[in-house]
Amino acid sequence: MQASATEAEEAVVTRGLTKRFGKLVAVDHLDLHVRRGELYGFLGPNGAGKSTTLRMLCGILEPTEGEGWVLGIDLRRDPERVKSAIGYMSQRFSLYDDLTVEENLTFYARVYMVPRAERLERIQRMVRLGDLAGRERQLAGQLSGGYRQRLALTCALIHGPRLIFLDEPTAGVDPVSRRTFWALIRRLVDDGTTILVTTHYMDEAELCDTLGFIYQGRLIAHGSPARIKADTFSRPVVELEADDPRAAGDALAEWDDVEEVVRAGARLRLIVKPGGPGAGTVRDYLAARRLTVGWVGEVEPSVEDLFVSFVDRERKTRVREQLRALGPRGS
Amino acid sequence: MGSRLHGIIAKEFLQLWRDRLALTLMLFVPVAMLFIFGWAINTDVKHAPTVVFDQSGSVEAQKLVEALENSQYFDVRHRARSTRELTRMIDGGAAKVGLVIPPDYALQLARRQAQVQLIVDASDPQVATSAMNAATALAADRSLALLAQTGDGVAVKRGAPPFELRVRAWYNPDLLSAFFIVPGLIGALLMQTTVSVMAVAIVRERERGTLEALVVSPIRRWELLLGKIIPNLLVAYGQMTMALLVAHFVFDVPIRGSLPLLYALSAVFMWGTLGIGIFVSAAARTIPQALQLSFMTFLPSIYLSGLLFPIEGMPHGAQYIAAIIPLTYYLRVVRGIVLKGIGLEYLWPQVLPLVLFGAVVFTFSILRFRKQLD
Repeated sequence: MQASATEAEEAVVTRGLTKRFGKLVAVDHLDLHVRRGELYGFLGPNGAGKSTTLRMLCGILEPTEGEGWVLGIDLRRDPERVKSAIGYMSQRFSLYDDLTVEENLTFYARVYMVPRAERLERIQRMVRLGDLAGRERQLAGQLSGGYRQRLALTCALIHGPRLIFLDEPTAGVDPVSRRTFWALIRRLVDDGTTILVTTHYMDEAELCDTLGFIYQGRLIAHGSPARIKADTFSRPVVELEADDPRAAGDALAEWDDVEEVVRAGARLRLIVKPGGPGAGTVRDYLAARRLTVGWVGEVEPSVEDLFVSFVDRERKTRVREQLRALGPRGS
Repeated sequence: MGSRLHGIIAKEFLQLWRDRLALTLMLFVPVAMLFIFGWAINTDVKHAPTVVFDQSGSVEAQKLVEALENSQYFDVRHRARSTRELTRMIDGGAAKVGLVIPPDYALQLARRQAQVQLIVDASDPQVATSAMNAATALAADRSLALLAQTGDGVAVKRGAPPFELRVRAWYNPDLLSAFFIVPGLIGALLMQTTVSVMAVAIVRERERGTLEALVVSPIRRWELLLGKIIPNLLVAYGQMTMALLVAHFVFDVPIRGSLPLLYALSAVFMWGTLGIGIFVSAAARTIPQALQLSFMTFLPSIYLSGLLFPIEGMPHGAQYIAAIIPLTYYLRVVRGIVLKGIGLEYLWPQVLPLVLFGAVVFTFSILRFRKQLD
């Protein structure tokens, strides 16, 4: 009942959504909100509960606890209707290599019960959308990565779903194709489709309207990329080039004001603590230890920086919680 | 519903059509096998030592013996003067084949109702010899038919066989003969298609990740399964038809019983073997695994079902295994219908175990299949 009030503006709502496999809690009381018409980036390391959540949202895995609505459809009561309403594309693309582009589209059109009268027109529209014109008769197995990816997307869109789930859609695709693909899904969102996408690429995450970080089955942060940065990262990231990156890294790791040192190729990234040192202070610190530095600057934190800091913070809290549970001796 | 099922079936056929090499192989392997067996029969098993007990002493009888010899399948080495003598020669191994020509043979022939008795020694435990005896029986049948048509003095009216050859196989009523290759071949073919081809059709979807998309799609499990089973059954029936056509028109294998009954009971057999195929698909992760697992199910079927060796000659343990192998019963069904022309009234003891096997294995495999999709 309550869902119908939010249903107008929210494509996905979950309350306390939980999945346990025996003793393992894969998804732990997840409250997820995806607004209609937005591009939602669902992020988290492997094993964080991303795919379990996705499978529950697709209606193929029954939640142990909690409730959820997808496009206003109750996940527990009507999983079959969820399946017909959404589109789903997996990182494996799910194409039949021995069928042509057109035959793949026809197959998915039939599977998703696209009325016969509309089928041809839909397929043509999908061919245009995926920039697949002229390749209708080509076997899917002979297409290159970017084409395969767009064909897989159009197969997921053939029945005109209002919501699509993309599970790591750009894994293993070349950078140019990745960019083309993101332009395409941005266009879909602008036309009113809601997209929930999981990705490992942080540059892609920045392209989303909203991000949700999931870690150990829980949603640990949620909001627009800019907002997450502003709220949780009101400090710079210092980047530098050192002549001896290893020695510099070791020296910086011992510094109390530095939370984390990340090696990024020849450069070092320092996640400093709030109120921590700026670029000049870092240079002085290293100079005092006779370590020469070629270049030091302050840069915008990346989504990856945010994510790593979340994960660490979460782990610290958990460890503290566990210690307290042991009793008064711990404190 | 209809559209989804239709989608799967259409897709399966498209994929079959794309893989034309496999399709060709599937349809022509039965033919090739028949030719191999047929050819082997024509070359390997000639000159069987034969004893003739000619009670008529007529010119016509002499012509028959000559014709037998001319066929090269028989070497008439002995002349017996009594049935007892003929029996002794076969018992003693001096002859493998005995021909008994009745006293009124010439008269019978004139009345176009001639009967001769051909006794074949099928006791030899070795398959090769057993097959040879069977082939000799076939050859005798054919050469006599030839004689009936070309022999002078014998006017043949169309449709009225002037000549009846009674082949009686002693000691081993279940003898392996050229004709028996056909039922065995059909059984083996259907099993291969419904087990390994079916298993591969499912495992391939999982390997390529398309099963994932189907699971997320609104397609029902029964639609997916039925959509795979229907094309598979059609291919299996296609193979069976090819084998029957070639056997009948090239190798003169008679089809005495009801073909619709044969096709219907084959479906009962395949119900169970499709169950095995689905079960294999649930157990195997990769296509090579699926093929190996299927092969594991073929081995006992081929060796213990009575396809190659008579069940009666097996140790007890093997006989118990044979009793739970569906091919054992199906072979009897095919032999019964094709060679003996018998109907359901005699076949139901074979059909019942097939129904039971199908019900148990198919249900079990469906449950496994459902579980692996979750």
